[in-house]
Amino acid sequence: MQTDKTLDRNVAGRTAGRGLTEPAPVRWGLTIVALLFLGLFLFVPLASVFAQALEKGWGAYLEAIREPDALSSVRLTLIAAAVSVPLNLLFGVAAAWGIAKFDFPGKSILITLIDLPFSVSPVISGLIYVLMFGLQGWLGPWLDSHNIKIIFAVPGIILATIFVTFPFVARELIPLMQAQGKEEEEAALVLGANGLQTFLRVTLPNIRWGILYGVILCNARAMGEFGAVSVVSGHIRGATNTIPLHVEILYNEYNYVAAFAVASLLALLALVTLAAKSLVEWRMRGEPM
Amino acid sequence: MKRHSVLPGFGPTLGYTVFYLSLIVLIPLSALVFKSVGLSWGEFWSTVAAPRVAASYRLTFGAALLAAAINALFGVLTAWVLVRYRFPGKRVIDALVDLPFALPTAVAGITLASVYSGNGWLGRYLEPLGIKVAYTPLGILVAMIFIGLPFVVRTVQPVLEELESELEEAAACLGSNRWQTFRRVLFPTLLPPLLTGFALAFARAVGEYGSIIFIAGNMPMVSEITPLLIITNLEQYDYAGATAIASVMLGVSFILILAVNLLQRWSRRYAE
Repeated sequence: MQTDKTLDRNVAGRTAGRGLTEPAPVRWGLTIVALLFLGLFLFVPLASVFAQALEKGWGAYLEAIREPDALSSVRLTLIAAAVSVPLNLLFGVAAAWGIAKFDFPGKSILITLIDLPFSVSPVISGLIYVLMFGLQGWLGPWLDSHNIKIIFAVPGIILATIFVTFPFVARELIPLMQAQGKEEEEAALVLGANGLQTFLRVTLPNIRWGILYGVILCNARAMGEFGAVSVVSGHIRGATNTIPLHVEILYNEYNYVAAFAVASLLALLALVTLAAKSLVEWRMRGEPM
Repeated sequence: MKRHSVLPGFGPTLGYTVFYLSLIVLIPLSALVFKSVGLSWGEFWSTVAAPRVAASYRLTFGAALLAAAINALFGVLTAWVLVRYRFPGKRVIDALVDLPFALPTAVAGITLASVYSGNGWLGRYLEPLGIKVAYTPLGILVAMIFIGLPFVVRTVQPVLEELESELEEAAACLGSNRWQTFRRVLFPTLLPPLLTGFALAFARAVGEYGSIIFIAGNMPMVSEITPLLIITNLEQYDYAGATAIASVMLGVSFILILAVNLLQRWSRRYAE
C-alpha cells in the first residue's frame, strides 16, 4: 500500500536528485538493529514464558493451573478487577465530563493530580494504605476495635488495585472529550433533550471507543499489579493471594513449571489486551471525530 | 465561567471527581507526608542517609538513568523504523512494543531472570563471555530497560508521523545529506518528545519493583533497589524507616512530574 505521502516523497526525491530516504543498506541495517533490540528485550522473554510453562508437557501445565491455591488466586484477581474497574470507569466518565465540558480555575492542577498514581512507585501505593489502615496507622486502632480488617485482607488488595488503576479511564476520556467540544451536546439540549438523554444519546456514542480503550488498559493493570498489592496482601496462601503474588510464591519455592504455567495466564491476558487495544485504536482512527 | 455553559452536571461531576480523588489518592498520600513530618530530623536523616540506603539510591537512580538513556537511543531508532520503513510483521511488532505496559511486572521479572540466568536462553551465551546478567546490577539495568522501553517510542512516534516532508525536501535541495538533515532538521523537532519519553521512562524505572526483584539478586550495598528497602523496613515493622525512605522517593516523583509537565508545555510551544 503506497500512501500519498510516500508517493510525494518518492517524486520529490527524484526531482531533488537526492533521495529523501536512506540507501537500502542503511534502511535494512537500522531495521535489523531495532528488531534485535526488541527481540532481546521483548520477544525472547515473552516466548520463554510459554516455553517454560510447557516444559513438562500439558499435563503438568493443567495441573498447576487447576491447583486449589492457583484457582483461589484467580478468583481474588477477578474480584479485585471486578470492583476496581467499574469504580474507576464511573470516576473517569464523571471527571472527563466535569473537566472537558466546563472551564474553571485549577483545571490543569486537577488533571495532574488525577495522573499522580502513575508517578508513584507501586511500593509507595501499597505503603500509604498500610499507614492509613494498618495496626500502627491512622485508623488502625479504631478498625481493630471494631474487628474490621483491611490490611492483609481482601479490602486492602482492592484499595491498592483501585489506586494503581485510578487514572486509566479518566486520562483517556479527558483529551478525547476536550477535542470533541460541546457543540453537539448544546444542540441536543436546545432541541429539548434533558441532561441524561443528552449524555446517553449524544456523548456516550462519541466516547464509547475511548471508554473501551481505557477499560482494557485499566483491567490489564488491575489483574497484573504486583508491587502495591504485595505490600498490603500479607501473602496468605489461598486467602489473600492474587495471580501475580501466587506466581511469586511458586517461583520462590523453585516450582518453576507451575510458576510459569500460572504466569502464562497473565501473559495471555497481556497479549489479548494488546490485540484488543490495537483493534480499538484502529476503530478510533477509522471513525470521524 | 461555568455560568456561560448550558450543559448540566458541572456540580455533581466535579464534586464527585474531587471527592473520589481525595478518598483514594490525596488523603492516603497525605498520610505518608504527615507520618514523615512527624519524624524527628535526626531520626529521618539517620534513616535516609544510612550507607545501605545511600547505596540503594546510587544503584536505583544510576541504573534508571542509564536505562532511560539506552531506551532514548533505541526508542528513537524503533520509532523511526516503525514510521519510515516497511517490513513484514510491522503491525504486530508495533503492537508488541506496548508489551511492557500490558505484561504484569511479576511475569516480566521471573521470565527475564530465567532468560538471562546462567542456563537461560540468552544467559548461556553471555556467561561464557564473562557477562553475568541475572542476580547482578546488570540484571537490574535489563529489567529497567524492559519496563521503560515503550515510553520513548510512543512519545516520538506520533511526532514523527505528523512531520511534513517539505522540511526534509528543502534540506535536500539545499544540499544536505541524510545524516545532516536528520541531525539539523529532524532531531530538533524530535528532541522535546524524546526528552519527555526519557523522563517518563526514568520515573517508571526509579519506582519499579516487581520486574526487578527477581533478577536483581537483592544483595545489600550491591544490588538492592530503594523500593525493596521500603518493603524490607515494612516487613521488620519499621514503619518510620519505610516512611522516611518513601517520602524521599515521593519527593523525587514530584520533581519528575514537574519536569515532564514543563517538557510537555515546551514541546507544545515547539509544535505551534
